Amino acid sequence: MYAKMVHLRFPREIVNEPIVMNLVKRFDLSCNILKATIYPRKEGMVVMELSGHRKNYKSGVKYLKNLGIKVDNISQDIKRNEEKCFHCGACTAVCPTGALYIERPEMRVAFDKDKCSACELCVIACPAKAMEVNFDKGLLE
Amino acid sequence: MANHKTKKTIDEINRRIKEGKVVVVTAEEMVGIVKENGPGKAAKDIDVVTTGTFSPMCSSGAFINFGHSKPPIKASQVTLNDVPAYAGLAAVDIYIGAAEPAIDDPLNKVHPGQFKYGGGHVIHDLISGKKVRLVARAYTTDCYPKREIKKQIRLSDLPYAVLVNPRNAYQNYHCAVNLQDKMIYTYMGVLRPKAGNANYATAGQLSPLLNDPYCMTIGLGTRIFLGGAQGYVTWAGTQHNLSVARGKNGVPLEPGATLMVMGDLKAMNPRWLVGVSMLGYGCSLAVGMGIPIPILNEDIARYTGVSDDDIFTQVIDYGKDYPAGNARSLGVVSYAELKSGTITLNGKTIQSVPVSSYVRAREIAGILKEWIQKGQFYLGQPQHLLKDM
Repeated sequence: MYAKMVHLRFPREIVNEPIVMNLVKRFDLSCNILKATIYPRKEGMVVMELSGHRKNYKSGVKYLKNLGIKVDNISQDIKRNEEKCFHCGACTAVCPTGALYIERPEMRVAFDKDKCSACELCVIACPAKAMEVNFDKGLLE
Repeated sequence: MANHKTKKTIDEINRRIKEGKVVVVTAEEMVGIVKENGPGKAAKDIDVVTTGTFSPMCSSGAFINFGHSKPPIKASQVTLNDVPAYAGLAAVDIYIGAAEPAIDDPLNKVHPGQFKYGGGHVIHDLISGKKVRLVARAYTTDCYPKREIKKQIRLSDLPYAVLVNPRNAYQNYHCAVNLQDKMIYTYMGVLRPKAGNANYATAGQLSPLLNDPYCMTIGLGTRIFLGGAQGYVTWAGTQHNLSVARGKNGVPLEPGATLMVMGDLKAMNPRWLVGVSMLGYGCSLAVGMGIPIPILNEDIARYTGVSDDDIFTQVIDYGKDYPAGNARSLGVVSYAELKSGTITLNGKTIQSVPVSSYVRAREIAGILKEWIQKGQFYLGQPQHLLKDM
């Protein structure tokens, strides 16, 4: 299972393209849409989590890019404050993608940003409040 | 017990520390030493075994005297950064408890509450050198006419500040699961439904009291690593209980002994005392503690040689049994299993999740070892052993 949070921006010409249906049907991906807007000039924006087989994810993203959609990964929006993290491991209970995991035998908590879907569950579950959200201002425009 | 080939005293070990001849190892290193050489030779070779733990520990707090104002006040309600402190001690003496949330905290009104700031955070801020806002209110007396004071305080300006934790370093603790259908939020962390994860809370083979299961060496006056400074064990902790089920090796199979500890807050380091927020539960303080175990004889050597394979705990359902007051064991797991990342419960494989930092526990045992080797730390002579409490 591979999951990633992506930020899509698309030009007005393809606002009518049923991209979610195609991602599901042609690439066997799940789409969880968190935010979607069509702006006054008719260009669109979507924040969604795409999950499925890694290979399908890659071809799905390729399909989006070929349509002229700008695809940005927003995983880097969750950051770990290395000063605050004391490596207890409590976050690993809630991380749905395995981005936060324990390195054994050292028992250090590792954070693999590539696997992070920016669901933010760790942000509230971390006792030391070491997981921080870095808002990408672009998403709020 | 009486026929020990090796018999050392704490005075002898302290002399060896002074002479630079002391042999110190961490509780992790001791596992291999006892396994290879046996407890007899280990007792001869090794003088001190250092332990460590770093974990949220409720029942922690600090006594603070904030000094008399002019005119003076007999403070009866005191807050530090809006966190209430207990003021029913004396005019300007207070106790700030780690688990106290700020006055305006929404608590669990929107469940799960985040408990972003509480007594543990106040203690952490003070040690970090930050200014903390003190508000004291009072009724007036002939000798203390002031009604209210508001001021910024800093740890370095306080006349007196001592960490006093009435219950720390639990000897063993439950492994928590949730058998219900919805997510729950506990002091053992977030527990996913249908036994989605199993949380555990001690440092296992590095944990102080698991290395001295009968508390034969620890008591009032034992000098320890506490919050980055040297502190003391001052009594048994609350809920201290030596009459618990034990394995053949003497190690408790359920929560047993506890410690009351204290130390000078001004000497402590924010890295080793950290305010924490347990989602849906409350505020607390993560405490770094390490205890040196003097290897007085081969029995103690054998106890300190305990490994994660030989320490067991009970799996308890925090979904229904525990909140109903009917905690019962669903199964027994070893710390080796817990640390492997998965445990098996009734044939089901469950992700195991620590809520205690093994990395920091190991670091503390290492620091304590270095302090003793360098002659910066001498063993305290306990005046009243915990085994008798």
